[in-house]
Amino acid sequence: MRTIAYYKSKKIAVNLIIHIFLIAVTITCLFPLFWMVSSSLKTQGTIFKDMSLIPKELHFENYVLAWKEGGFGRYFLNSILYTTSVVAGIIIISSLAAYAFSRFKFPGRNILFFMFIAAMMIPIPGSFVPLYVLLNKLHLRNTALGYILCMVNVGLSTSIFLLKTFFDKLPRELEDAARIDGCSKIGIWWHVALPLAKPVLAVVVVFNALNVWNEYVLALIIFDNKNLMPLQRALVMFQGEFLTNYPLLMAGLTITALPIIIIYFMMQKYIVKGVTSGALFG
Amino acid sequence: MRIKNTLENYLFVSPAAIIFIIFYVIPFIWVFQLGLYEWDGILPTRSFVGLGNFKEIFFEDKVWWQAMRNAGWITVIALTFQNALAFLLAWACDRQIKAKNFYRLIFFIPPVLSEVVVGLVWQWILDGNYGLLNHWLTNAGFASLARNWLSDPATALNTVAIVHSWKGFGWGFLIFLAGLQTIPRELYEAARVDGANAWDSFRRITIPLMIPVAVLVSILTILGSMQAFILIIAMTDGGPAYHTQVPVLRILASMRGSSRFGYACAQGISFGLILMAVSFIQYRFSRKARDT
Repeated sequence: MRTIAYYKSKKIAVNLIIHIFLIAVTITCLFPLFWMVSSSLKTQGTIFKDMSLIPKELHFENYVLAWKEGGFGRYFLNSILYTTSVVAGIIIISSLAAYAFSRFKFPGRNILFFMFIAAMMIPIPGSFVPLYVLLNKLHLRNTALGYILCMVNVGLSTSIFLLKTFFDKLPRELEDAARIDGCSKIGIWWHVALPLAKPVLAVVVVFNALNVWNEYVLALIIFDNKNLMPLQRALVMFQGEFLTNYPLLMAGLTITALPIIIIYFMMQKYIVKGVTSGALFG
Repeated sequence: MRIKNTLENYLFVSPAAIIFIIFYVIPFIWVFQLGLYEWDGILPTRSFVGLGNFKEIFFEDKVWWQAMRNAGWITVIALTFQNALAFLLAWACDRQIKAKNFYRLIFFIPPVLSEVVVGLVWQWILDGNYGLLNHWLTNAGFASLARNWLSDPATALNTVAIVHSWKGFGWGFLIFLAGLQTIPRELYEAARVDGANAWDSFRRITIPLMIPVAVLVSILTILGSMQAFILIIAMTDGGPAYHTQVPVLRILASMRGSSRFGYACAQGISFGLILMAVSFIQYRFSRKARDT
């Protein structure tokens, strides 16, 4: 006879197995980050011998050293500069275009929009080769502006697509009311459309911010000048030096990963929304 | 008035259009143009070689095809191991509503980190001499298993593939979970009333309804894994001896290493066409999935 107690204990057992599985994966997700922070608090002398998870002496001065002597302070500021200017650029430029694609009629509208969508779908794995040539010709290689413009272009298509889809679904009553009150097109875009688009703009901001902060290959081909390099590029260079200072490298990695993790925790809702909506449109 | 109106409309799209034409359309055209030349990227003269670069890629460049095979193998691991893990986790979370948000928060941490950070941290853990993994293996009495994970030709590619899967499973997990949550609970209720056990309803309800989602995840996985290379730069830089070379790394090497810009573009085109075929299949499948 199978009793209620049997089913209850079976259910508990199944749940237990599931939780053990989930917790095991959780640990493998978090542990490398924990080890990174732990290693960043050791010294070059102890890091190769001391395998303790929590070092006996915590050398927080590694962060000061990485920030100042390792140059990560400058790289960090470079990354902040690139991320904020690219995201600001994308928000303004893509929302202007998406609004026009959604609301206005003008010759060439459909073909232009189609080109943006096609760019989103067509992968060109070697696109950094002609980009390098182009930037050389324009004297934009080894400049912050060159990198920023390239990265704005990278984020443009998807952002326009997301925003246009949103504007298409947005009722026009508010905009009509503003027009009757004598508001100009630009005024309606800025005062009416953009504030209404806040939820999508959040998705656009988060995704582009992560993308720029984590970008490596364009930074690799554009920058030879150390003073202009963002964090990702600097980390690989730092690791490639003849004698890697591992505690400083780990401190650099922590400095690079921390802002992303903080932003992720704060904006997780928008990231889930972006992944699931972005993935399902095909 | 009408003309002014149209001009005003163009003003809205012109910043986007100008950046797009300069930084996307022009390089796009140049890829195809340069692919037909032999050029070192510096000299003003370049010599036209027609399809010579492509001939070399397809018939002579053994390393390129080794790189293709390596990327293919990483993709196979990602398709099987990574996506099976992603699906199992999503399925487990779909049942366990309580802590679902917590797990969802954690499992997407690796995808938001940069490939450089992930690659360098794992490289440190897997280091042959001072790595934590070997230390643990030795302490646990498995000293014979300890090895130079990333510089041993026997393990380098698989190790890179596993780290790649570690970084990527969160994507599949999120998409699978979103898909599972669209399945109406009433279906499971009805099946249970009809006497189906958990395995029956998994096989007869969950699997069939998840096939379109699985197709989507698979294709995103293929596109992502074939083009993965930054993680590899951070972990092995293609070594030992081409064992972890992948196509995009080869393109980069043609350009920066051997200064053959034309050849790099030709490699990009060849590779891009293969990926386009996959993109096209994705488009067809997702259309089909949406229509039905």
